[in-house]
Amino acid sequence: MIKVENINKQYAGKLVASNINVAFEKGKVTSIIGPNGAGKSTLLSIMSRLLDKDSGSVYVDGTELEKWATKTLAKRLAVLKQTNNLNMRFTVKELISFGRFPHSQGKLTDTDRQVIQHAIEYLDLQVIQDKYLDNLSGGQKQLAFIAMVMAQDTDYVLLDEPLNNLDIKHSLQIMKNIRRLAHDMNKAVVIVIHDINFASCYSDNIIAMKNGEVAIAGSVQEVIRAPVLESIYDTPFKVVTLDNQNVCVYY
Amino acid sequence: MKWLFFSLCLLSLGSLFVGVSQLSVISLIELDSDAWDLLITSRLPRLLAILLAGAGLSIAGLVMQQISQNKFAAPSTSGTIECAMLGYMLSLLLFGNGDALWLIFLTAIIGTLVFVKLIQSIQFKNAIFVPLIGIIFGNIIQSLVTFIAYKFDALQNLSNWSLANFSNILQGDFELLYIAIPCAIITYLYANQISAVGIGKSFATNLGLKYGQIVTIGVILVSMMAATVVMIVGELPFLGLIVPNIIAYYQGDNLKKNLPNTALLGACVVLVCDLISRIIIFPYELPVSMFISIIGGLVFIVLLLKREANDR
Repeated sequence: MIKVENINKQYAGKLVASNINVAFEKGKVTSIIGPNGAGKSTLLSIMSRLLDKDSGSVYVDGTELEKWATKTLAKRLAVLKQTNNLNMRFTVKELISFGRFPHSQGKLTDTDRQVIQHAIEYLDLQVIQDKYLDNLSGGQKQLAFIAMVMAQDTDYVLLDEPLNNLDIKHSLQIMKNIRRLAHDMNKAVVIVIHDINFASCYSDNIIAMKNGEVAIAGSVQEVIRAPVLESIYDTPFKVVTLDNQNVCVYY
Repeated sequence: MKWLFFSLCLLSLGSLFVGVSQLSVISLIELDSDAWDLLITSRLPRLLAILLAGAGLSIAGLVMQQISQNKFAAPSTSGTIECAMLGYMLSLLLFGNGDALWLIFLTAIIGTLVFVKLIQSIQFKNAIFVPLIGIIFGNIIQSLVTFIAYKFDALQNLSNWSLANFSNILQGDFELLYIAIPCAIITYLYANQISAVGIGKSFATNLGLKYGQIVTIGVILVSMMAATVVMIVGELPFLGLIVPNIIAYYQGDNLKKNLPNTALLGACVVLVCDLISRIIIFPYELPVSMFISIIGGLVFIVLLLKREANDR
């Protein structure tokens, strides 16, 4: 369980995270939604020690974030941001092997190799495993990074906009795999996502943010309602139920 | 790899037997003392200096490119060399001689750290800005060095730094270059960490690495290798830039995998250029940096054009 308590963060005098209290459970996909500048990525970065907070606490498995040795934490919590430098040329397999670094410090054991092979097979990357990342499409690249996080084998997986720049087919593929990670492997998966319908159909819980604050946090049924979303996005919404899923119409 | 190693052995043998004084295998077998003397005091030191300088500077370039996340970064395009010169000048001023190694290393390390921090704080749209900034930074430092040298009448001490030349290397002159060996071993041990840092700060942090610490280790390795080469041999332009890029073109950016080949190719390039510089106007010699500049410059332009083509 990750617990976030009273987090505050200011950037140049502007509050980007204000008094945030949320929790993330294992076995669940939690989506963080909200308009641009709502503080979604800030929250994710603070939770994963990529960004320092001004005040408040983050507890990972009951221990405060600062008390974790960063090496040990890397075996419990994995985070993927969109800012990875892709000038560097690595093969898919080399990238996935980086995921084992926290466990074996660079010397791959037989177990490591098995885990890497399993991640490759699980995400169907056999054909491209020896290709260089810069020769892949956006979707394949994203899958490779997710395979790396899988190989890292952590209880908590935090992904910042995993669907960025992906087409519908690849977005679906990624979201289905994210759900599998949470439900089959009992991981807590937290994603920052812009597409509300993907969030609605593939998450268990949703946190909606606005102006650095948590507007509402709850199950999909509680959050994906027209009045709630209208107040968050300042846009007229219509929520319809299709095949037991809440789908938003806002065009 | 095998091919590179084989060429290196052949070239090394060739290098031992080229020179004004005749040295033949027969005289060595006959245990002729003059021949052995020549081999041990001049030819062998020269060969070792070439191999160590070529390999060391290429590895330095490789590490620099990863920690600065830029393909065009190298000790010659990041101010490292000029900062080492500044250290030498300061040592000359403060202690009356240029022997304060620690001061030379220290200024090179600090200067390179400043450069790395500088480019990390600015987000560049085009990768080519990074070496340009580095060259400008280096030029500013160099102006400062020249100014100090002019003020204190030490311009002559600087001249032997600029042009690389292996002709005056004898036994006893080059041993400091052995520093490249422990540096290369440490680089190998930290290879995965440095590669992870090369992908990005959040990427490295996620893997449980202390980003700043790894960058600093990398900078120290780069600065020490580059500073020793420039002190003993002189500047070898483009070497740290082109050699890692050629290897990366063929086998990606996995530092651990590239390290041996980068070292071998770097040594080979310098050896070839040195051989040319010794043969072309035999029995006289030209400075090796001339040929490295010509070959390096051409390869650099090809790399730039290739990159432009890839970006489109």
